[in-house]
Amino acid sequence: MDDVAVHEYDVVVVGGGGAGLYCALEAGRKAKTAVLSKLYAIRSHTGAAQGGIGAALGNVEEDRPEWHAFDTVKGGDYLTDQKAALILADEAVKAVYHLENIGLPFNRTPDGRIDQRRFGGHTRNFGEAPVKRSCYAADRTGHMILQTLFQQCVKQNVTFFDEFYLLDVLIDGNRCGGLAALELATGKVHVFRARAILLATGGFGRMFRVTSNAHANTGDGPAVLLRRGLALEDMEFFQFHPTGMRGLGILITEAVRGEGGILKNRLGERFMEKYAPTLLDLAPRDLISRAMLTEMRQGRGMKGDGSADDFLLLDATVLGPQTIAAKIPEIAEFCRTYLAIDPAVEPIPVQPTAHYAMGGIPTDETGRVLGDEKGRVVEGLYAAGECACVSVHGANRLGTNSLVDLVVFGRRAGQSIADYAARAGIPPVPPSVADRAVEMISRLRGAKPGPSPEGIRDRLQEVMMQKVGIYRNGREMEEAVREVANLRHEYREVGLRDAGTAFNTELVDILELGNLLDLAYITASCALNRRESRGAQAREDYPERDDPNWLRHSLARLRGDRVDIGSKPVDVSTWAPKPRKY
Amino acid sequence: MKIVLELKRFNPEKDKDPNWQRFDLDASPNERLLDALLHVSRVLDPTLGLRKSCGHGICGSDAMVINGKERLACKTLIKDAASGEGAVIRIEPLRTMPVEKDLMVDQRPFFAHYRLIRPYFFNPEPVTAKERLQTPEERSRIDDPTKCILCAACYSACPVRQEKNPAYIGPAAIVQAARFNEDSRDRGFEERLPALDDPNGVWPCESLFECTRVCPRGIKVTWLINLMKRRIQEYKRSFQAETSKPK
Repeated sequence: MDDVAVHEYDVVVVGGGGAGLYCALEAGRKAKTAVLSKLYAIRSHTGAAQGGIGAALGNVEEDRPEWHAFDTVKGGDYLTDQKAALILADEAVKAVYHLENIGLPFNRTPDGRIDQRRFGGHTRNFGEAPVKRSCYAADRTGHMILQTLFQQCVKQNVTFFDEFYLLDVLIDGNRCGGLAALELATGKVHVFRARAILLATGGFGRMFRVTSNAHANTGDGPAVLLRRGLALEDMEFFQFHPTGMRGLGILITEAVRGEGGILKNRLGERFMEKYAPTLLDLAPRDLISRAMLTEMRQGRGMKGDGSADDFLLLDATVLGPQTIAAKIPEIAEFCRTYLAIDPAVEPIPVQPTAHYAMGGIPTDETGRVLGDEKGRVVEGLYAAGECACVSVHGANRLGTNSLVDLVVFGRRAGQSIADYAARAGIPPVPPSVADRAVEMISRLRGAKPGPSPEGIRDRLQEVMMQKVGIYRNGREMEEAVREVANLRHEYREVGLRDAGTAFNTELVDILELGNLLDLAYITASCALNRRESRGAQAREDYPERDDPNWLRHSLARLRGDRVDIGSKPVDVSTWAPKPRKY
Repeated sequence: MKIVLELKRFNPEKDKDPNWQRFDLDASPNERLLDALLHVSRVLDPTLGLRKSCGHGICGSDAMVINGKERLACKTLIKDAASGEGAVIRIEPLRTMPVEKDLMVDQRPFFAHYRLIRPYFFNPEPVTAKERLQTPEERSRIDDPTKCILCAACYSACPVRQEKNPAYIGPAAIVQAARFNEDSRDRGFEERLPALDDPNGVWPCESLFECTRVCPRGIKVTWLINLMKRRIQEYKRSFQAETSKPK
């Protein structure tokens, strides 16, 4: 361990997005806390969230947390754990007021309260009609949440380690005692010993070719745990957002439709009338993405050939220039910058874009990571945010609920991790603790420049997009699993071409690719294993939801090249599963 | 179209001085400049150092000097930076901060200046309702500064910082001060005053408007700096009027 720096904290948080920062603020009040981010924390992808954060404040029209919870359960196609959904909806109200109280600049109603607007799948009285539940700051709600939490961290003097990349989590028996990380500036491995750690590393949409996700969304936390033998939950469920900007995948917020925007096909038809007669363009995302694909496959896309780059139109002209300027200014700016169009005049060309991982690290409602099917808690290990799976999103997340998840469970994890740290010691760590991390890097440095990582990444993203996308079938997924397995083998021959130590961004890029490969392998394997259609998993060969056999969470482990898939029950204690109609 | 990327390279681990390196490549006119740079770093020369994350102008990672002007590489399309077939796009790291490697600069001085102005909401009064009420008009007054993504483009472009006073806290920190000082709910003006009303606070600004010109978020930066100057003067006048009143 000559070249390894060692640090000691009560709590170490990995990830500087909404969940990580909220946790750090809570934990930091009682425990010596540090935040590691592979970026500068303020660059995290929470900042890209646009349309709003759902909470039943009832500021504009009647609303109740119970309705929000029900919508979340139904939106998740009944794979949502219902007690967790009730906590989510209840505490969303508290969390939104807390964010306001610490300065978040929400848009306001004429009488000065937090304004709210419609969003997909959020309804009044258990599905009757859309409800105004999304609290928002123009179309930069995530940006404002990230800024506000970061500002509070500055105020509270939280310790940041910027540009530290997670290499390994140190687990001995059933106890986590810290982590190993790479310092980008020096290339040095650091060990952080801690009473407890929290992973809040965000999503992993970069396994797909067209995605709204940042380059940094490579699932570092879940991938590291996978290699430590822990299971990941419900990895087959990956959300495609209906309205990505054509070709680029940049998110066009659902708020465009919440404010009145309409999806149209080449015939000018409002096609959602056929697929979701009640909620129309505000149906949940899985349903709309499928409807869009169906339209394009049947020749009603704008190109009409049903090709991978076919697209449809999102018509926001009905909003008028004033509403666009006041409610979705960022979208207008994206359209001008990347498409040279004015959404007040012309419709926006859109296609579904890989957006959000419903699955991830299994946790309980206080953020504690669960190690097996029976709910064994891994001591000292916590997770929150997109990388975690509580599960509040089930098989399909509702719009705005990602931000709700971050703040509610980031905060709860922060409180529970501080309590734990107050009674737990720092576990002894053997000198060999950083060996795995150091070896991994030495191998890359020592290897000859083998296959091109760029080629592997391209092929991975293409196969996941084509074969594990919105519509899936057994034959293609078998091919996908095989192809990803081959790519994982090829990856083992990859070597570093940049021999430098300081700011070696190639090293991080290659390590991230390894994470994406492992997570894609699990995702494709779980999708193939689940022989039903539910939420974001739409199988052409098994088109129906199959509750008797599949109303259960998947738990997948990686054993070398083998994926072992177990399961655990879903909490359906409040609402019995029903067919899902909108 | 064919373009030439001319990149200013500097690796303190091995170079004594910066040097320029040219890369010829094919790029689509509607591609982001960031995509072209990633092609260089992932295919042509993996030693190239640059930062990136969201790829659509909200994370603030990839500010750099493009054809002499601070911009985000992900918000600059090839056609906006290349005048035509075979055009050269010159790319340099941000200015006024030490270069770490190639297009990466040390942002610590920038964030240190940012922290000086106490960039957080401050109001010790208890909240009586659920939220602190704020009218839409009051809210709209802080809309512009809340857009800031701390990319440091303005900090790099400021001629005062470049030529006269590197200790000047710079435009971004003052925008953050305005974001809070102009917030009807905030009570932290006096907390922020020492850093703003300092020889290196708002006063070095000479209203040269470079910050406003380069801001990728379209914030009226210079206007906000001048607003902060005015607020300090108003505060001092009212303070003097208050203390000179006969008892």
